[in-house]
Amino acid sequence: MDLNAPHSMGTTIIGVTYDGGVVLGADSRTSTGMYVANRASDKITQLTDNVYICRSGSAADSQIVSDYVRYFLHQHTIQLGQPATVKVAANLVRLLSYNNKNMLQTGIIVGGWDKYEGGKIYGIPLGGTILEQPFAIGGSGSSYLYGFFDQAWKEGMSKDEAEQLVVKAVSLAIARDGASGGVVRTVIINSDGVTRNFYPSDKLQLWHEELEPQNSLLDILSAASPEPMNI
Amino acid sequence: LNSKFEMAKVEADVPPKGGFSFDLCRRNDMLSKKGVKPPSYLKTGTTIVGLIFQDGVILGADTRATEGPIVADKNCEKIHYMAPNIYCCGAGTAADTEAVTDTISSQLKLHRYHTGRESRVVTALTLLKSHLFRYQGHVSAALVLGGVDGTGPHLHTIYPHGSTDTLPFATMGSGSLAAMAVFESKYHEGLSGQKEYLRNHLLPNPRTYVSSKGYSFTKKTEVLLTKITPLKELVDVIEGGDAMEE
Repeated sequence: MDLNAPHSMGTTIIGVTYDGGVVLGADSRTSTGMYVANRASDKITQLTDNVYICRSGSAADSQIVSDYVRYFLHQHTIQLGQPATVKVAANLVRLLSYNNKNMLQTGIIVGGWDKYEGGKIYGIPLGGTILEQPFAIGGSGSSYLYGFFDQAWKEGMSKDEAEQLVVKAVSLAIARDGASGGVVRTVIINSDGVTRNFYPSDKLQLWHEELEPQNSLLDILSAASPEPMNI
Repeated sequence: LNSKFEMAKVEADVPPKGGFSFDLCRRNDMLSKKGVKPPSYLKTGTTIVGLIFQDGVILGADTRATEGPIVADKNCEKIHYMAPNIYCCGAGTAADTEAVTDTISSQLKLHRYHTGRESRVVTALTLLKSHLFRYQGHVSAALVLGGVDGTGPHLHTIYPHGSTDTLPFATMGSGSLAAMAVFESKYHEGLSGQKEYLRNHLLPNPRTYVSSKGYSFTKKTEVLLTKITPLKELVDVIEGGDAMEE
């Protein structure tokens, strides 16, 4: 086992907009090869009072990028005289990611609330593309969530609906992705401010794996346990 | 063509990397029944740990430094001084951990003179992580940094590539898995006193097994002690004996 392998975050990160703000969610596993170096890491990092980011990929690279952007945003806020917008924060991340694309290996989701545009989510994957999206998913666990979001996402959700969606999604990804695990952390950002929530693993729902093996999916569909896909 | 195809098949049968492969266990059983002794274990590397308790931070480390299979230093100091209130345990290449902790310790001292204040653990953390990130993992130093400053007790782990984690208990080095197992089973918040975690810290591990047969050399070793002719003959000197008389 190579304990000197670069510290990476096989991760699930999610950012979702709702009517009035955004909800960011992440798992908490940081792995070094196959050893879980930190089972309770915080992948949702603060840049300013109103902008947070979800980090994935190399732990070192994403920490350094977020430190630089926080520093630039701080200067920018002082010069501007008012809180920075989410768009500016996302573009600063994008500039660092794109201009150093050969050396960095990090996927970031920027989310926040400002008075001009309201709640916004920007996805900035590996190469440094910037995409403004109503919801964004990233990290190794996100592969298992594309179908789920296509089904379950809808416009104009309430704050609680959006948070429940994020928690459910992260918990599903944790169940399927070996590189995601631990607890689910969420951050809700809106005009009232920022709320951090924490869901330990025993509070999360059990999924299909916990049932006895059945012959077909149809048998499981009729069982009493909660159904992730609302068909 | 046939043999090439079979070669390809053999390669595909190699187990994927990672995880324990039980394939050879039956072979090992068979060999040990036939009398072939298994190879002996070589314990190497470092274990460094830190934990936050009620009144502050405790850092711990073993004292063995190895050069391949040889113990180069039986009692080396792995807990490095950073500031009067901050210490740092280092695992990995000894030269790298010494150099990086010395460098940052002197930067901290200059910073203390400049600001006129006690150093903070996050300052040391930022200096160390920036340094390690700049060298992209080639400075092979994995550190457990701990200290108490005006903001309270802090404990951080720093990896060679420059990433950091902030934890209530941390382990690093090749012995980290074993140490983490102990912590995970016994740690709880608000640990008082130090008695629960100090174990065997005064003396090196005692030699508990002494073979009744005593130590015997392998066959064909010539024990030369009996065959060496002494270079000097021990002679009894008689004081005041009969000297030569004319």
